[in-house]
Amino acid sequence: MVPLSTLTPELARTLPGPSWLVERRVAAAAALERRALPSTDEEVWRYSRIADLELDDFAPVTGPVPSLPDAAVLPAGARAALDAVPERAAAVVVVDGAVVHVEHGDELRAGGVTVGRLAGAGAGAEALGAVTGEPADLFVAHNDAGTRDPVLIDVPAGTAVAGPVVVVSWVTADAVEVNDRLVVRVGEAAEVTVLDWQGSDDVSALCLPVVELDVAAAAHLRYLSVQERGPQVWQIASQVSRVGRDATLVSVQAALGGSYARCRADCRLVGRGATGNLSAIYFGERDQMLDFRTFQEHVAPDTTSNLLFKGAVSDTSQSVYTGLIKVDKAARGTNAFQTNRNLKLSDGAWAESVPNLEIENNDVRCSHASTVGPVDDDQRFYLESRGVPPEVAERLIVLGFFREVLDQFPVPQVAPLLRDRIDARLGRRARQEQES
Amino acid sequence: MSAPSELRIEGLRAAVKGRQILQGIDLTVRSGEVHAVMGPNGSGKSTLSHVLMGKPGYEITGGRALLDGVDLLALAPWERSRAGLFLAMQYPIEVPGVALVDVLEASFAAMGHDASLVPSSVRAEAERIGFDDKLLGRALNVDLSGGEKKRNETVQLAVLRPRIAILDELDSGLDVDALRACARRIESMTQADGLGVLAITHYSRLLTELKPDVVHILAKGRIQRTGGPELAEELERTGYADYVDEEPAAEPAKARVLDPSAHPAASGAAFGDAFADPFADPLA
Repeated sequence: MVPLSTLTPELARTLPGPSWLVERRVAAAAALERRALPSTDEEVWRYSRIADLELDDFAPVTGPVPSLPDAAVLPAGARAALDAVPERAAAVVVVDGAVVHVEHGDELRAGGVTVGRLAGAGAGAEALGAVTGEPADLFVAHNDAGTRDPVLIDVPAGTAVAGPVVVVSWVTADAVEVNDRLVVRVGEAAEVTVLDWQGSDDVSALCLPVVELDVAAAAHLRYLSVQERGPQVWQIASQVSRVGRDATLVSVQAALGGSYARCRADCRLVGRGATGNLSAIYFGERDQMLDFRTFQEHVAPDTTSNLLFKGAVSDTSQSVYTGLIKVDKAARGTNAFQTNRNLKLSDGAWAESVPNLEIENNDVRCSHASTVGPVDDDQRFYLESRGVPPEVAERLIVLGFFREVLDQFPVPQVAPLLRDRIDARLGRRARQEQES
Repeated sequence: MSAPSELRIEGLRAAVKGRQILQGIDLTVRSGEVHAVMGPNGSGKSTLSHVLMGKPGYEITGGRALLDGVDLLALAPWERSRAGLFLAMQYPIEVPGVALVDVLEASFAAMGHDASLVPSSVRAEAERIGFDDKLLGRALNVDLSGGEKKRNETVQLAVLRPRIAILDELDSGLDVDALRACARRIESMTQADGLGVLAITHYSRLLTELKPDVVHILAKGRIQRTGGPELAEELERTGYADYVDEEPAAEPAKARVLDPSAHPAASGAAFGDAFADPFADPLA
């Protein structure tokens, strides 16, 4: 058999950690040999750039992880991400797959809240993989085999963490495969907000992050991911969540970076009365492709899911959204909504939007909507008639389009930053058009 | 008051999708004057306002429009605004996520004015016409009632201080109080700031609040008659019958069909019979 990559059981055995973690990785690496690269023939990979991926161009990062606390200077981008949220409850910085920095207050520690390395945590073995279960695709399997230093945020039952817990994942090495793993467990009636900031230097890397969100009964988890990888990075991410009885998950993604950047999100509403609110903003430029696959799975009765993904594509960039609302037989009383709206800002840009329903129970309220189109002419004319030049009018309209999601950011202080990033992209676009 | 302005429209002709709508309009509005353009549905009233502001989708087939000697038709819409033209739209467009203040600040900045004056000016103008402060924070025209949208247009007009304002059916959707508030604000601008107004309207309702100096009757794409305020009063009595080819019978007929009991078929005859002959009048 042709090896898919350099991530072999032998290599997995050299990765650091306690023996249970090493054995787990080795078993996962062995199972990899039976998996093939997906192809665009599969619906969930349709429209993707998976055929362009050369796994063997990237070597998994190996070597020991630094001991903590480490006085190492953080990469400037990682430092900036931390500084964006000064009033944080706790923080973890992961560089090239290894935890290098942990901030964890005494008060949280005393309250039994874990933030840091999963490998050393008492609940680590039990928590890792509890939500993902059988890997959904080759890349989750890769992460199982190659995750170097997984991170655990564990909030015990009844505990409300004030202020966001910030996780910054940064990549500085070239030609590496990075398998970041973040596991968030929120105990019964507990509450926490997590900011997951994914960035990199301008390197050519393959990032395969996996995030597990485990929300127990009556708990609240607000999760915000900011994907700002460098322009050469390939990212294939998976976010898997499990929401219990009367619990609520709010998950918001902001995706700007990467050459090809994909996120598959599986939200399973497993407890009666569970709610999953999923939203995203994305803005593609140059020739990048931003690719989203969502699964709203209603397993239990009286569950609610709301999905709102809004994106814009400029230059020759591309975006893909495909989503499935799946309502199981037992899930009577389901409310499920799915909306994907796309602005096509250039003739050369392209956006695909494919919403889908699969319903096995009659007692449900479901709707889906999707649009792909340019900036509305009437809106533009209205603003221009007030004396606003066309390029400014377009900027205002596009920023207004994103505001619906920006206003819902679980970490509100990040919203203006993302707005500025988008504004900068619109500004660059306007300048280019003036020059040409 | 700055130097007087003049909007001069000469022989303006325009088409939509190859169909000639404006057949040659001649009209001059000067600072401080209020001109009413009245006309039946389909006469070209809204087309005139759109063409003057530069809305895409219209083809200019002849004539010109000058604002203080500047050829408006050669300018982009935002440049026409900068030249001193304003259009209060009949159906103000909803722009999700975009705040009124942001738009006016962008406009001030483009004109080289001090944008920091915008928020206080917007608040003052809103208060002046009774536009609820809370609505100012909303996205433009989103979740506003018809009347609120027109007050919003009037606030923008007052903050932007154009030389000439076109009001396209400002009175539609406005309740009596709002109509009075908006009309009085505009009237005061004609006196204090020398604003020239081209008020396009179907009904004379607006003109009881905003007193016209000149009334034009627009029908079939041409100004058919021009006179003083008495012309509006005359129209109030006679309607537009003299200016259209025939009575627009289609409208009342539609209204009657909406009441199923008024339909002859409702009294017992099968509905199928009424539609057996597609040319038969179902109300005969």
